[in-house]
Amino acid sequence: MTGRNHFELLGLPAVFDLELTDLTARYRSLQQQLHPDRHAGGSDTDRRLALQLTASLNDAYQTLRDPVRRARYLLQLQGMTTDDDNDTRMQPEFLMEQMELRESLADLHRHDDPRTQLAELASRTERLMQEKIAAFRRAHARGRDGLDQARNAMREMQFVDKLRREIDEREEELA
Amino acid sequence: MALMQISEPGQTPDPHQRRYAVGIDLGTTHSLVATVLHGLPETLPDEQGRHLLPSVVRYGAEHEPVVGYEALEAARHDPLNTIASVKRLMGRGPDDVRRLGQSLPYRFTAAATVVPRIVTAAGERSAIEVSAEILRVLRRRAEAALGAEIRDAVITVPAYFDDAQRQATKDAARLSGLNVLRLLNEPTAAAVAYGLDRRPEGVYVIYDLGGGTFDVSLLRLQRGVFEVLATAGDSALGGDDMDHVVAEWIMHEAGIAADADHGLLRGLLRDARHAKEALTRETTVSLDIVRPDGSRWQGTLDRDRLEQLIAPLIERTVAPCRRVLRDAGLKTGDIDGVVLVGGATRVPRVRERVAGIFSRDAFTDIDPDRVVAIGAAIQADILAGNRPDGDLLLLDVLPLSLGIEIMGGLSEKIIPRNTPIPVARAQEFTTYKDGQTALLIHVVQGERELISDCRSLARFELRGIPPMVAGAARIRVTFQVDADGLLSVSAREQSTGSESHVDVKPSYGLTDAEIEVMLRDSITHAHEDESARALREAQVDADRLREAVEAALRADGETLLSAGERASIDQAVNHLRDVARGGDRAAIRRAREALEAASRDFAQRRMDRSIREALTGHRLDEVARQLPDPRP
Repeated sequence: MTGRNHFELLGLPAVFDLELTDLTARYRSLQQQLHPDRHAGGSDTDRRLALQLTASLNDAYQTLRDPVRRARYLLQLQGMTTDDDNDTRMQPEFLMEQMELRESLADLHRHDDPRTQLAELASRTERLMQEKIAAFRRAHARGRDGLDQARNAMREMQFVDKLRREIDEREEELA
Repeated sequence: MALMQISEPGQTPDPHQRRYAVGIDLGTTHSLVATVLHGLPETLPDEQGRHLLPSVVRYGAEHEPVVGYEALEAARHDPLNTIASVKRLMGRGPDDVRRLGQSLPYRFTAAATVVPRIVTAAGERSAIEVSAEILRVLRRRAEAALGAEIRDAVITVPAYFDDAQRQATKDAARLSGLNVLRLLNEPTAAAVAYGLDRRPEGVYVIYDLGGGTFDVSLLRLQRGVFEVLATAGDSALGGDDMDHVVAEWIMHEAGIAADADHGLLRGLLRDARHAKEALTRETTVSLDIVRPDGSRWQGTLDRDRLEQLIAPLIERTVAPCRRVLRDAGLKTGDIDGVVLVGGATRVPRVRERVAGIFSRDAFTDIDPDRVVAIGAAIQADILAGNRPDGDLLLLDVLPLSLGIEIMGGLSEKIIPRNTPIPVARAQEFTTYKDGQTALLIHVVQGERELISDCRSLARFELRGIPPMVAGAARIRVTFQVDADGLLSVSAREQSTGSESHVDVKPSYGLTDAEIEVMLRDSITHAHEDESARALREAQVDADRLREAVEAALRADGETLLSAGERASIDQAVNHLRDVARGGDRAAIRRAREALEAASRDFAQRRMDRSIREALTGHRLDEVARQLPDPRP
């Protein structure tokens, strides 16, 4: 509507590395100004604009605070397609590792101490995520030349993120 | 009813004058109205000094609906025409009613209406109309106390209420002549009442066990901003259920059959409630019950037995408490305080259990029955513009995921629960047949995978799709949830840019047309002149818009507008002022639209400037971060 992208709305340069505390501070300042409650006595136009802007702001904040979604969004801004349905080429080693981690998760109930085993899986997955984030950062910093590699790293981040959520769900079940 | 104050020409009311707005807690067992008087929020009593209004409405063929204590008294001998706990039926469909049916003594119409209707001596009534009667009484109470017409209200709803339940609440307000400034979540209202907003920061649990609903919410406060981090609960669990198990125990002990008549059951429920309340102070209470055959049963109920009876109900609150902590990724040690809301939290066993779950004692300074209404009144005062310096902002989240029906009767989530609102999400759809010009979309709310396990919100038919080969059309449907948690939908065909027509058919709600009819009926009923009332409302709305634009012009007219732009807005303002004094409603509407149109760019510029201003304090950070990154 206003044609601002997520970074522009929050007054930030379109880069991968963001200070989360600064991002949150900006989000809150903008909420204070834009939220529909701030325009309860305004005209219909005021209230409509407030609603649309706050919805955009929430979307921007939710996207940028999460490294996986931020990476994907950056690539989209740079004109890359990020729909992963048809093109899922991945490094064989990465896929092997993913399969192994998933199998361990599925076999958890057969383990003597499922909680400890799950905690180990969780920390391995977290390390993997940090590796993929670092890979994305390196590739993305190379500009145009690095975009394809950055996209691969981002897809791997999405895979790991999905695994992370499945681990969370299992943690809930065990709790 | 007090007459609205109409200003003489040229004597526009002072825009800074106090605008009355009330906070209303529309509860399952009782309701309250509160307002801020002389800077202090207080609940308003009736003529006999009673603050609580039982949420009970009695209909009769010969008289106006009776609301409150009088209706509650009549429940015993006229159970079928006396509607209690109507909140449980808000936004509910025929299936829900069938499920709840066993615990409700009313007769529902056999007709397959979308909104279930209760058969009463005064005709059929929907839950929305019954709630509107309660709101009307509260509104009149406030008008009598303040000596002014009241239109604006903040009404509280359980944080867990879905779209249909929120919409039903808003519709009830509209029927009662109230303008909803905001539907406020009850836990947020409770936190505001306790002034937690004035604390530096913290994470708070709001444990709300009311008459018919249980909610537990985690609120985080940081720099004057409240965020609902997570919310869970059970919209069919509360103090009423405690009364039911106690009544069942009495029936068992006294040998009363389960199919006893409605009047007797209502009486037993009341005895059960009194016993429960007495046991918050005493350790034992004696009971004296008259059986259907006229014989008596006398016995005693002690606190241990009560606690044993209600333990399963209290235990049902534990899992939602754990779930909010998990959803927010927090541990009990992260909690800075626990607030108790709802009359059922007076039960000592509930307090003990809550202290156990969160490893700390709860705040109990404010009457748990009034705390929500008090918070709502504070928020209403802020939204009415009476506290220009107040920077309290309440941020909420979507309580339940929104999804659409996909192949195989499954739900695909479009907006997950706990997403901050307002929110807008677009989803693309396509056609599956050549030349297909319409598409049916079914929106549901809930966490389960099967559509049949979720709540059906609405079915939309997208029409007017240009005929194309299958899969060529790209229809972008935008789902928008506002600050009240209410959904609206718009759609656009992408390849041709043509707007698709969206027909909203709420699954369990009333259509606008139905509400109009009810409004007309209720006005005729109250012997009010419909056109006079409509004109009065049009004039109030016109004045509001004009005052809003004038205030904006005073603040930013100089800096954001050229002389020419300013002149055209001034002209539209003056025209609206002139027209609003007359009696032509259509002309007032046209003049309002003209002013909205003339000031649209100005509104946009003001928002843009707000964005720049909000970010000015952060400029230095930005510059600092554009310097070379020291990290490897």
